[in-house]
Amino acid sequence: MSAIHLLINNSAHHVEIAPDTPLLWVLRDKLNLTGTKYGCGMGLCGSCTVHLDGEAVRACQTPVSSVGAKKITTIEGLSADNTHPVQLAWIAEQVPQCGYCQCGQIMSAAALLAKTPHPTDDQIDAAMVGNLCRCGLYQRIRRAIHRASGSDGSAGAGKGA
Amino acid sequence: MAISRRQFVARGAVAGAGVLIGVRLTGALARAQESDAGAKKAPPNPFVAYVHVKPDGQISLIVAKSEMGQGIKTGLAMILAEEAEVDFNTVRVEQAETRPDLYAHMGTGGSGSTMENFMPLRRAGATVRELMITAAAAQWNVPRSECEAKKATVVHGKSSRTLGYGELVEAAEKLPIPDPEKVRLKDASKFEVIGHSTPRVDIPSKVNGSAQFGIDVRVPEMVFAVVARCPTFGGKPAQFDATKAKAVAGVRDVFEIPALGRDMFTAGGIVVVADSTWAAMKGRDALQIRWDNGAAASESTGALREALRAAAGKAGKRVRNDGDVDAAAAKSAKRVDAVYEVPFLAHATMEPMNITVHARGSDAEVWAPTQSPDWVQRTVAQILGLEPAKVTVHTTLMGGGFGRRYMADYPAEATQIAKVAGKPVQLVWSREDDMTHDFYRPSACHQMRGAVDQHGKPLLWSHTIASTSIGAWWDPPDKQAPEKSEVGGAEQMPYAVPNVRLEYNPVASSVPPLWWRSVEHSFNGFAVESFIDELAAAAGQDAVQFRKSLLVKPANWKPKGDDDPDPARLRAVLELAAAKADWSKPMPKGRGRGIAAYASFGSYFAEVAEVTVKGSDFKIDRIVVAVDCGQIVNPESVRSQAEGAIIYGLSAALKNEITIKNGAVEQTNFDGYDPIRINEAPPIEVHLVPSTEDPGGMGEPALPPIAPAVANAIFAASGQRLRKLPFQLKPVA
Repeated sequence: MSAIHLLINNSAHHVEIAPDTPLLWVLRDKLNLTGTKYGCGMGLCGSCTVHLDGEAVRACQTPVSSVGAKKITTIEGLSADNTHPVQLAWIAEQVPQCGYCQCGQIMSAAALLAKTPHPTDDQIDAAMVGNLCRCGLYQRIRRAIHRASGSDGSAGAGKGA
Repeated sequence: MAISRRQFVARGAVAGAGVLIGVRLTGALARAQESDAGAKKAPPNPFVAYVHVKPDGQISLIVAKSEMGQGIKTGLAMILAEEAEVDFNTVRVEQAETRPDLYAHMGTGGSGSTMENFMPLRRAGATVRELMITAAAAQWNVPRSECEAKKATVVHGKSSRTLGYGELVEAAEKLPIPDPEKVRLKDASKFEVIGHSTPRVDIPSKVNGSAQFGIDVRVPEMVFAVVARCPTFGGKPAQFDATKAKAVAGVRDVFEIPALGRDMFTAGGIVVVADSTWAAMKGRDALQIRWDNGAAASESTGALREALRAAAGKAGKRVRNDGDVDAAAAKSAKRVDAVYEVPFLAHATMEPMNITVHARGSDAEVWAPTQSPDWVQRTVAQILGLEPAKVTVHTTLMGGGFGRRYMADYPAEATQIAKVAGKPVQLVWSREDDMTHDFYRPSACHQMRGAVDQHGKPLLWSHTIASTSIGAWWDPPDKQAPEKSEVGGAEQMPYAVPNVRLEYNPVASSVPPLWWRSVEHSFNGFAVESFIDELAAAAGQDAVQFRKSLLVKPANWKPKGDDDPDPARLRAVLELAAAKADWSKPMPKGRGRGIAAYASFGSYFAEVAEVTVKGSDFKIDRIVVAVDCGQIVNPESVRSQAEGAIIYGLSAALKNEITIKNGAVEQTNFDGYDPIRINEAPPIEVHLVPSTEDPGGMGEPALPPIAPAVANAIFAASGQRLRKLPFQLKPVA
């Protein structure tokens, strides 16, 4: 057990935990931040995607001891009221069905758009290929990312719409 | 809302309760329920949902349907709002308590929620409207015919008087309920909600992490558990040492649970209970277990494939026999023989199996991501020796169902654990558990024989299916009819061929089978719609024209059963998909179009795939879909379900298979069983056929045509006929 300090969604947290525990389980089981989902435990599905200093990482592959002073953002911290442009686009395009993977999808998309405000379809593929959606809503995800990027939604029509 | 038996019987006669209306299944459906082969007791009452108009006029729909991504809470509320003449946004949808004494049917599956509830909810909504009109007319002492309802208000046009539903509830409560079969329904041309895209009510909570799935349930004092199960089906622990597992920080207890038999079908194994999911998983990794693999250890995919091929090649139980196939064979100009094969498939829902159970001695509480809360209740009660009524089951959101979450295996395991743990316990299956201890889509082999005459007209169609039957696995030996769960869609083969034969042979396997999105249609659609394409090629005819010429609706046509497709509706979607995909426009070399048309779950689909083949590789460039699902409730949901089922089907067509070695599943995670990802997902265009026919299902029927559409497109582009899933093109020399 180690004492670990974490900065999550701009609040300080302190946990006593085995240092090799993945950040995923600290968020879910210790801090009740259950929006970050378990899907595979091997970094294969992206359901657990969070931001570390703005970078999209898989929380299931991130030992809590490796986080250090980096700022953690989870889906719960993306916006206070569903008004992040990616969230608004996800609602406008009616993306989710079951919704289980969508928090991870949104975190990957938000990280992409922060660095690449107007991504091409290939850039979307590269950023989102690690996020599985078993409901198969990739076309909507692509459209929502184009919408959030400020293009009029039809910009993605070439490949995705 | 809690509904008491007394309230139900007295139908809201409790003072101040508001108006309570039971939503009754239509006659045919109610009868179907009672004669259900499941041989359960007849439902104690005929209601599937309740509509509660509260004293303030607010309307709740209390419904025993689970939300697993299909948007059912939105669709059902739309139907109610339409007829009740209230704003859709004011209808509150509440998840029903698990009360088989109050609900005739609690399961969610078979693409049935809209089909089942469309007319009952319209009648219930209309009942609300008519009661309010009657109450208002009485209060004003005017004829009912002078009043109309709009936006939760009754209006008397002549005197410009209005009364809100909230002001009328008390009077309406005392009125007799009109006969639901005779209540006046709106004309479909007047629909203002049904048929209009409506944002789903569950989506906002699914973009900010607040939607609570089963795995997100957190209750005070809870602990977490995982189970080490024998990798080989039917195996059990011979010996285990928990010393190292118990030394893992956070691990509280380690113990064995036995396998449970029929209806539960759990593997049994060694349980690790811990303070967190991670500690439980680490504890499990530290277990030392010697397994007794049992009889299934000899099973392998290679041997099963041989057994399936052999079974498909011999005479089986005859399911359909039109004309005389043998006599026709003697007269045929050109014969075509083909064998189609499909593997086992895992459901692989994004949220792995999990459930939370608190066994408190004299009662129990369960938080279940389940398609069948009443089965969960019966299972938990049976294991704890309680009356089912003592088990409260809360149905949570599900991260996908696809049929898998109908099962009671994970609830049974969790109850065995909860009994020992004495605290609320959340059982979590790792992805590996989920993939290696699923109940799988049956593996199947189809022997097809067909022939055309010298004019290119099909003379005969002979189809023998061999599969690892779901029915044979589930039903007690004396009740088994193994073909029943396996032949749908092949039996209803819609093309007008004079001599048709369908036979079935079951093949034994230790791999537990189950309904997987679209069930047997997932493989019968592939065989039927690929083989009709082969016959078209043998006849030298265009694939669309050939199908059209065989989709004939005689003037006196009547469906032979509930599942018999209307040839005219199938033909119409075929024509629409072909038109939207520019079917007649030639494609450059190396590219090709393929089409498949198939009806299941009451809906009609035609799908065109466009592919580019390059060497042994191919890419799907576009998919064009035409759907006739009868009366559409929420068009945007229909599109979304079609897109989703097609991608699910493409994962199976292009990539996924579960293989067996030494009686165990070889694929353990998304590396070995990798569904379609965003870079592989083709654009999908969905075209809707306007219709006022009864609604069909939408969760499943888009899936069956996609694999044959792609196979047919690859044939068109390259001349290679792919008959085995997942597809693999021959390497080019």
